[in-house]
Amino acid sequence: MQTEVIMSGFGGQGLMMIGKLLASAALEEGKNVTWLPSYGPEMRGGTANCTVVIGDKPVGSPLITSPWAAIVMNQPSLEKFAPMLRKDGILVVNSTMIPINSDRTDIRCFRIRADDLASEMGNRRSANLVMLGAYIGLEEIVSHKTLITAIEHAFAEKKKFIDVNRKTFTKGYELAKAGKSDD
Amino acid sequence: MAKVLMKGCEAIGEAAIRAGCRNFFGYPITPQTEVPEYLAKRFPEVDGSYVQAESEVAAINMLYGGAGVGKRVLTTSSSPGISLMAEGVSYIAACHLPIVFVNIVRAGPGLGGILPAQSDYLQATKGHGHGDYKLLVLAPASVQEAVDLIYEAFDLADHYLTPVMVMGDGMIGQMMEPVDLPDMRDLSDLVEKPWAATGACGRGPNIINSLYLKEDMCNANSWKLKEKADEIERKEQRSEAYACPGDVLDVLVVAYGTMARICKTAADEVKKKDKKKVGVFRPISLWPYPYEALAAEAKKAKKILVVEMSTGQMVEDVKLAVLGKKPIEFYGLTGGMVPSPDNVAHKLRSMIK
Repeated sequence: MQTEVIMSGFGGQGLMMIGKLLASAALEEGKNVTWLPSYGPEMRGGTANCTVVIGDKPVGSPLITSPWAAIVMNQPSLEKFAPMLRKDGILVVNSTMIPINSDRTDIRCFRIRADDLASEMGNRRSANLVMLGAYIGLEEIVSHKTLITAIEHAFAEKKKFIDVNRKTFTKGYELAKAGKSDD
Repeated sequence: MAKVLMKGCEAIGEAAIRAGCRNFFGYPITPQTEVPEYLAKRFPEVDGSYVQAESEVAAINMLYGGAGVGKRVLTTSSSPGISLMAEGVSYIAACHLPIVFVNIVRAGPGLGGILPAQSDYLQATKGHGHGDYKLLVLAPASVQEAVDLIYEAFDLADHYLTPVMVMGDGMIGQMMEPVDLPDMRDLSDLVEKPWAATGACGRGPNIINSLYLKEDMCNANSWKLKEKADEIERKEQRSEAYACPGDVLDVLVVAYGTMARICKTAADEVKKKDKKKVGVFRPISLWPYPYEALAAEAKKAKKILVVEMSTGQMVEDVKLAVLGKKPIEFYGLTGGMVPSPDNVAHKLRSMIK
């Protein structure tokens, strides 16, 4: 069993961060994992993305051309990665920033107003956590609890952000779990 | 100790510290700048010294000095920077000094691009700088292996008194994976270096020099280097054969570094879906090249496929190992394009139909 997740958006939206959170949670649960960032020209003034591969067996290629899931926070990312998803794969869309839909009917698409929800909860910059929460709500490849621990670890030196990140993550998680797209 | 999630570059820096390295000289260049960045932050905690030199040429000459006084020294760079260091490394090799240096390869030639490549293979294995000498070159395929090889590289350098290069592509530098970090070496435990230029108190001077105006002395030094290279060739060949059970293989894929992992994924796919037998052979020491081990694996195969992120460099060594006994095909992308598992599987299918 292997799951590949691509997280993509503008530089600064925190995609690398949620990739690292997912990767550390996977490590915590004893799984094999790789985290590979884009560091090329696209990072310098365009979209930034990272790929997390989680598996029971040691991960072969850390580079993925047909991922299982994509978390997209801006429109260029949706346009780039939706066509690459495997059949029945998962697409989590930040509907605050992305008015369009993927035309694919063979994937599961979940839209969520990540920026709006994060703003309403006190910090728009936590929109990335709403997105990650939604993905874990759809497919609990690591448990909600482990991910919360990963958040607490990652923000150990910026304690004031722990609470809002925990809440925004859980908000996305609960909405997705209940199948409420809140779009 | 529990595994920690670390980026390749940072893990390389930490492994060097744990191996007893306290001196780094370097110059930033993508995709390896996180090594100097990490060490600049971490060295003060272990009483180490980090120097950002004015250029790669300066940095490698600082290593020359640091190695000459008996310290474990490290530099890291990427392709264009490694080219600039070639002259200094040749002096270091000529003087039988131990250094460890890392090339996180980016696309070339020229300024090229910052994305992963394997196009420095020939430079690393067939003669980096001028003169008769060889580098010991080790190529990790994971962050864990990068850590293990860096840790060991310092011992190999001290044992053979030679420059050791650890060569990874940009993915090895940028990827995060869980690692088990080795123990911190006790500095008082490190091998003694009576030849080091540490001040001639109570003994005659130790002279470290690579200029021989008498041709017989220069000849003798080159043969001394050759003898050492022969010993390394006998003792330090490393490789890994993946899923190559003892019978006939339809194709044996030969690849190193991250490319070997991508090829394993492709091989698994073709084995599963096409019911074909595909093995992967991964050289870990690029010099000395594991010719005998590869020849033994190649015997089982009907065909051989070499995959590299270059236009075909290691393929020359594969030909030397196989000696015309099996057909060899090559697949490669370069310039920062990385062959995907699908690309490799497609090539494999075209070979086995």
